[in-house]
Amino acid sequence: MSAFDGDGESRRGFLKCMTWAGTGLVWTLAGGVPAAIGLEAAAATRRTTPFSFVQVSDSHIGFSKPFNPDARVTFREAIAKIAAMPTKPDFIIHTGDVSQLSKDSQFDDADQIIKTAGVPVFYVPGEHDVLDEGQGKAFLDRYGKGTKGAGWYSFNHAGVHFVALVNVVNLKAGGMGSLGADQLAWLKDDLAAHGPSTPIVVFTHIPLWALYPDWGWGTDDSAQALALLARFGSVTVLNGHIHQVQQKVEGHVSFYTALSTAFPQPAPGAPGAQPGPMAVPAAQLRSVLGVREVSFVARGQTLPIVDQTLA
Amino acid sequence: MSRLRLAAGAAAAAVIGFGALGVALAQGPAATAVNIDNFSFSPPTVTVAAGTTVKWTNNDDIPHTVRAVDGSFHSKAMDTDDSYAFTFAKPGVYSYFCSLHPKMVGKVVVK
Repeated sequence: MSAFDGDGESRRGFLKCMTWAGTGLVWTLAGGVPAAIGLEAAAATRRTTPFSFVQVSDSHIGFSKPFNPDARVTFREAIAKIAAMPTKPDFIIHTGDVSQLSKDSQFDDADQIIKTAGVPVFYVPGEHDVLDEGQGKAFLDRYGKGTKGAGWYSFNHAGVHFVALVNVVNLKAGGMGSLGADQLAWLKDDLAAHGPSTPIVVFTHIPLWALYPDWGWGTDDSAQALALLARFGSVTVLNGHIHQVQQKVEGHVSFYTALSTAFPQPAPGAPGAQPGPMAVPAAQLRSVLGVREVSFVARGQTLPIVDQTLA
Repeated sequence: MSRLRLAAGAAAAAVIGFGALGVALAQGPAATAVNIDNFSFSPPTVTVAAGTTVKWTNNDDIPHTVRAVDGSFHSKAMDTDDSYAFTFAKPGVYSYFCSLHPKMVGKVVVK
């Protein structure tokens, strides 16, 4: 597992990194410039890590197509992967689309599986989680205790400020994801209490950058949120929705999209493709599903991220 | 809305029941179909007479919804092969979209 030369800015370099993600590439951010190191070095890093957490996304419990007839099975494997990590994560964040159709039975199944990890879980809803008649009431009744509005909230952990944003409700015809004025006002107040040296981790479902607007892969009012985050020295934005690893650095803000545990989606704008499930041969399925471990080595900008597939 | 949906269902049943005899329905024209394929409504615009039922069918392998921009009608999530029907009683232009994938938009013009 040799080191990758960190040509992270170009698309070609980026695609190369995506292939590396399958075998456990570690991204390290130093001064906002991404560089990658191999897994052995990452393992050495982990021993001195004050804490880590794991991101899972797009479990789509209830999804059933021939190439993955039961998304519970792959979600179980993902959680088993977390349970087997050498360093037990402090918690899991689930960046949405817990369920396929917001059914109680699907949330029940997800809960039964994820609790076997034995760590707390923080959620944000995906658009598949707000399909009940109450447009998210079922999700909030279950996961939204103590949250504001459609389910946004923040918390502090080991000196890091975590912000959970909801961008899947009150979507407008022809638009993309949306945060809304109420949530942006709350975010402004929430961030005001923190100094610029506080590391910030934002997690949400739909990307907060215009990753591929033709497919709705972006958030209409994300610029306003990013303006509020601009004064912080280290901002990490984690999301799901697009079922593949994509990464971008803009100033002090690093954006990472995550793998699903249920099914892959096509690369943005792939010819003839649509942003729906991409059937893959059964033998390949687990190489395109996975989980993400995020470690905090030290207060500051260094933030190793490891995407691990289920293969 | 559920009453309208029931009426639409009854109309559809009547079409099946009397179709072989070629009997025209007293209630009005048969349902106009809109298909959901590859993340788009097809056709994107339908023009119908007042009283017409429009029936959407999701042929994609991901759920979609039909939601009026003005909130006057909305489907539940339609999984693969699910349908939703709504009867348009009054003339007007009804813009709608998929609330999961709001880039998907369509229009029903009722004369």
